[in-house]
Amino acid sequence: MTCREIFASLSEYIALELPEGACREIEQHLAGCPPCIEFTESLRRTVELCRGYRPAEVPEPLAREARERLEAAYREMLAARADRGSDPQV
Amino acid sequence: MRQEDETELARRLIAGDPAAFDRFVDHFRAKIFQYSWLMCGHREDAEEVAQDTLLKVFESFAQLREPERVRPWVFRIARNACLMKRRKSVYAPARELSLDELMPARDGEGEGRLQIADWSRLPDAQALDSELHDALGRSIAALPEIYRSVILLRDLEELSTEETAQILDVPEPAVKMRLHRARLAVRQTLDRHLRSRRP
Repeated sequence: MTCREIFASLSEYIALELPEGACREIEQHLAGCPPCIEFTESLRRTVELCRGYRPAEVPEPLAREARERLEAAYREMLAARADRGSDPQV
Repeated sequence: MRQEDETELARRLIAGDPAAFDRFVDHFRAKIFQYSWLMCGHREDAEEVAQDTLLKVFESFAQLREPERVRPWVFRIARNACLMKRRKSVYAPARELSLDELMPARDGEGEGRLQIADWSRLPDAQALDSELHDALGRSIAALPEIYRSVILLRDLEELSTEETAQILDVPEPAVKMRLHRARLAVRQTLDRHLRSRRP
């Protein structure tokens, strides 16, 4: 396996989604290729950082009219369920 | 909030618990706002997408057959609300990312050393300084839309490949390919950023 072939499969490798044979081939390559180990670690860290990332931007407080529209839609949904005779205790 | 807690919240909402309504609105409004902010880059659009999505959610809650799928269900509605805006992303033009452009360069010719920054002392996402946090946000925002939409759903929202494929209406292999290239592109941008920082 070449370095380029390794790069093509790394997301599946670090997610343990590759078939056993492909996984073994990558590990054999990594054992003899420190730069690919370094690269794999940097990709693993990237995934961790993305999973933990939240933008600093937050929405403005919900305006009263907007909340009332949502509450009205919610009440209608509950009323429609009650009309259909469904058990509300889901 | 974990997906299990969202499932419980959806069940309580269906049961008519008023406290669940407030919690559901606060939780999902913030999530949808941040998703649509990263998708389109317009605060005004992101606010509207969050409101439109929640309205649609309550109007069609009866269609949610499985409360444990509430997160992908909400994000499918949010995705459609984003598309309805029909405003072009401010971030990045549509283009394909090739594997070759995302591979690290080598020093010199042939089998020279790969140019990779020292990632070993990087803290986790919660402890990132504001400069790195901003660099990460910019690197996600700079992705072409087809890649950004996948990394937001798969990594930030932690939805499955199957759920992401359903939300985006693309085959699962395409989700996997786009996710990988999106991650490689973010990695490349962060790597350049790290190498440009003073030690």
